[in-house]
Amino acid sequence: MKEIFADIEKWKKDNKKIALARVVKVEGSGPRDPGASMAVNENGEIAGSVSGGCVEGAVVSEALEILQTGERKIVTFGYSDDEAYAVGLTCGGIIHLYIEPLDW
Amino acid sequence: MMKDSIFETLREAIHQGDPIALATVIDGEGRGSKLLLHSDGSKSGTLGNDALDRVVTRDMSGELAAGQSGIRHYGVNGEAREESVSIFIESFAPPPQMLIFGAVDFTAALVRVAKVLGYHVTVCDARAVFATAERFPQADVVEAMWPDKLLETVGASLGVRDVVCVLTHDNKFDVPAITSALKTEVGYIGVMGSRKTHENRTLRLREAGVTEDEFQRIMSPIGLDLGARTPEETAISICAEIIALRTGRNAPNLKEADGPIHGPSSKSI
Repeated sequence: MKEIFADIEKWKKDNKKIALARVVKVEGSGPRDPGASMAVNENGEIAGSVSGGCVEGAVVSEALEILQTGERKIVTFGYSDDEAYAVGLTCGGIIHLYIEPLDW
Repeated sequence: MMKDSIFETLREAIHQGDPIALATVIDGEGRGSKLLLHSDGSKSGTLGNDALDRVVTRDMSGELAAGQSGIRHYGVNGEAREESVSIFIESFAPPPQMLIFGAVDFTAALVRVAKVLGYHVTVCDARAVFATAERFPQADVVEAMWPDKLLETVGASLGVRDVVCVLTHDNKFDVPAITSALKTEVGYIGVMGSRKTHENRTLRLREAGVTEDEFQRIMSPIGLDLGARTPEETAISICAEIIALRTGRNAPNLKEADGPIHGPSSKSI
C-alpha cells in the first residue's frame, strides 16, 4: 500500500475519483500476496500492481466501471477449464481481488 | 476540527512506521465497512456493530503480531462458525530491521541491497572514524558505539523478521556482537569471515559460553555459496541467504527444483 500513497495523494489533490484494488486471497501459485494493492484513477492511470502484469489491464476496466456505479465487489482471475475467466494468470494460480471506490 | 478519514489515519500510521491493522467487510452485510486497530489498542471506524467489532479486533491483533493478512468469516454479530460476513484483515507492520556491525567496504554494498529489500538499516562500529553518515548515506542510522551497547538498547525490539549481520571479522568486536545478538529474538545472525577466521572465532565463542544450540542460529561464514567476489555480489549472497532462511528453502536453482515458485513463506516479512 505504501508505494501507492504518493500517487493517490496527487490524484486526491486534483479531485480525481480513485478506485482501490487489493489482493485478498491467492490460491496456488500467485505472484503477489494478500495485501498487494493497485489504485486506478478516473483517467485510467494506475499506481502499484496486483500481479506480475498479467491482470492489471482487466483491473483497470473493472475499476473504471466501479467508479461509474459505486459498486464494491470481489473479482476473481485465474486459470479455468470452463473459460469462465476471460483473463488468466500465466502462472496457473487464482487471485481474488476486492475492488472499491476510495471514498473512505 | 474534522476527524481524519480512515484512509488518512491509515496512511499517517504507515508513514510514521506505527503497526496498524485494517479490517474491511468484503462480502455480506455492510460491505465496505472498515475498522482500524492501532498498536496501542485504540480503534477507529466500525464494521457495523460492537459485537462484530469486538470479535474481529481480537483476530486483527493476532494477525498484526504475525504480520499477516487474509480473509476471515463471521456471523453478522461476530459469531464463530458462521460465514455470512467475509472480512479481509490486512496487517501493516513496520519495515524489518537490519543491524550491520562493522563499517567496512562490504557494509556500504549491503546497506544498498538491504534498502532495495525494504529494511530499516542501522550501521554500527565502535571505531568513530569509520562509522560516519557520510560513508553510508543510504543507512537509516549510523552509530559509533560498541555492538553490545547498541544491542542493550535496541535488542528487545528485534523479532523473527529482523536480521543482524556481523562484518567486522575482528574477534574483539565480533564476539560481543554475536553473544549479545544471541540474547535477542532476532531471526537471522550472519557473520563474515574466511574459513580460518570462522574456526578461530568459533573457539573464542565457545570460550565465551556459546552453546551448541546457539551455534545453530549463527550463519558463519555468512552468505550463500554463489562464488561472490565483489562487495555488491557478496551483499546479494547475504540477502539471498536471509530470504532462503525465512522461507525455509534450500536455495537450489529453480530449474533443478519442482513445485510452485511462489510457495507460502514460513514467516511473513
